[in-house]
Amino acid sequence: MYYVKDIQKSFDGNHVLKGVSLDIEANRTTVLVGPSGSGKTTLLRCVNLLEMPDSGVVHLNGDEIVFGKDAPPKFAGSAARALRRKTGMVFQNFQLFPHKTVIGNIIEGPVSVLKQDRAQAIGEAEALLEKVGLLEKRDAWPRDLSGGQQQRVAIARALAMKPELLLFDEPTSALDPELEYEVLSIIRQLCAEKQTIVIITHKLSFAQEVADKIVFFDDGRILRQGTWEEMNDGSVPRIAQFLNMLR
Amino acid sequence: MAALLETREIQIALNAFWPMLKQGLIYSIPLTLVSFVIGMVIAILSALLIINRVPILSQVMRFYVWVFRGTPLLVQLFIVYWGICNPMKISNLVACVVALSLNVGAYASETIRAAILSIDKGQWEAGYSIGMTCQQAFWRIIVPQAAKVSVPPLFNTFISLVKDTSLASNIMIAEMFRKAQEFAASSLRYLLIYSEAALIYLMFCTLLNGLQKLCEKRLRVGK
Repeated sequence: MYYVKDIQKSFDGNHVLKGVSLDIEANRTTVLVGPSGSGKTTLLRCVNLLEMPDSGVVHLNGDEIVFGKDAPPKFAGSAARALRRKTGMVFQNFQLFPHKTVIGNIIEGPVSVLKQDRAQAIGEAEALLEKVGLLEKRDAWPRDLSGGQQQRVAIARALAMKPELLLFDEPTSALDPELEYEVLSIIRQLCAEKQTIVIITHKLSFAQEVADKIVFFDDGRILRQGTWEEMNDGSVPRIAQFLNMLR
Repeated sequence: MAALLETREIQIALNAFWPMLKQGLIYSIPLTLVSFVIGMVIAILSALLIINRVPILSQVMRFYVWVFRGTPLLVQLFIVYWGICNPMKISNLVACVVALSLNVGAYASETIRAAILSIDKGQWEAGYSIGMTCQQAFWRIIVPQAAKVSVPPLFNTFISLVKDTSLASNIMIAEMFRKAQEFAASSLRYLLIYSEAALIYLMFCTLLNGLQKLCEKRLRVGK
């Protein structure tokens, strides 16, 4: 069971999340949509504690942190890390480690965090590279890859930690349409494999295709959540307006 | 006559060369290396304390950087030697290492601080996102990238330090420049001897240039 409950978060008096509760169903794809600044990214970053909520609960399959009552846990303390370890994150701007090769990027977590045997980690990393179609780039440096290739490596790096929950923060918004396609097809495949996934995207056609549940954010709150059809019934003017704008 | 003069000049230059080089090798170079290593330790500590805004200690370090960047090295050398070490019967070599290390540390502290801060915050987050601790993210992700950024400016400091050891002649250390002064005074060939000394400093710094190139290649600077 994965959920967040009543998450509040402010940055310098700017109230970004105003009490957000969300169930993330296992083996399903949850897509967060909504205008810029509505709090989607902040919520996603609260799930793996890259942002510490001011108050609320983050619960990931048995591990739970309650914010707001006691002193907050340390950002990289053991409690926060235990929770973070259950998640994998794919960033908008890839954030590959530029001082490591493709394979070095992927085995970094397994070797230095999970203390996996190096040879075994390399074997698994190669399998992941095969999966994202980049085995021939095994020894390339990130700067020599296209954006789409970098993002595919970033996905492999996240998968190498065998996360229970995969978080994608606008994974294709830094890519041009051609490169977008290759990244989306990998995410599509992961959705089909019934991973537990949360994606932020502005690509409505893609959201419609992969989402088991769509969550609409507006002004720091969840305005509505449900299936694509439910969201599209036109009953909430704000949502209809937003969806029309993106079409 | 002219030929005789020329050979005489060459003779003087040759006579001075080895003694000067020798003082360079036994004083200037070790002073440089020891001061640089100690200075780097101070610099790393200072940069980390300032970046992490450690209460009191970070203020102390800011004060230290302010003072040592804001006063002449020669004055620092005199204060440390004449003001502190000499009355306490501590040797001038120790005084020299202390002053040079503190001076280098102040400059390098800012270089290292800038290098660490120049790394995208997202790199820390990428480290955390694969479950790293603060220390792991720092040492495995940030330091290798910051090292790359800081190599050229740190070699600036390093090369300056080689030349700054010449100031040690002022607290009676028989390093290279002191020797040059002696030869110049006895032979009265100022232009010749000081140019020769300059050439030896240039030689040392050329070696450091080579070392910098090697470091940059190793760390793939610019790639």
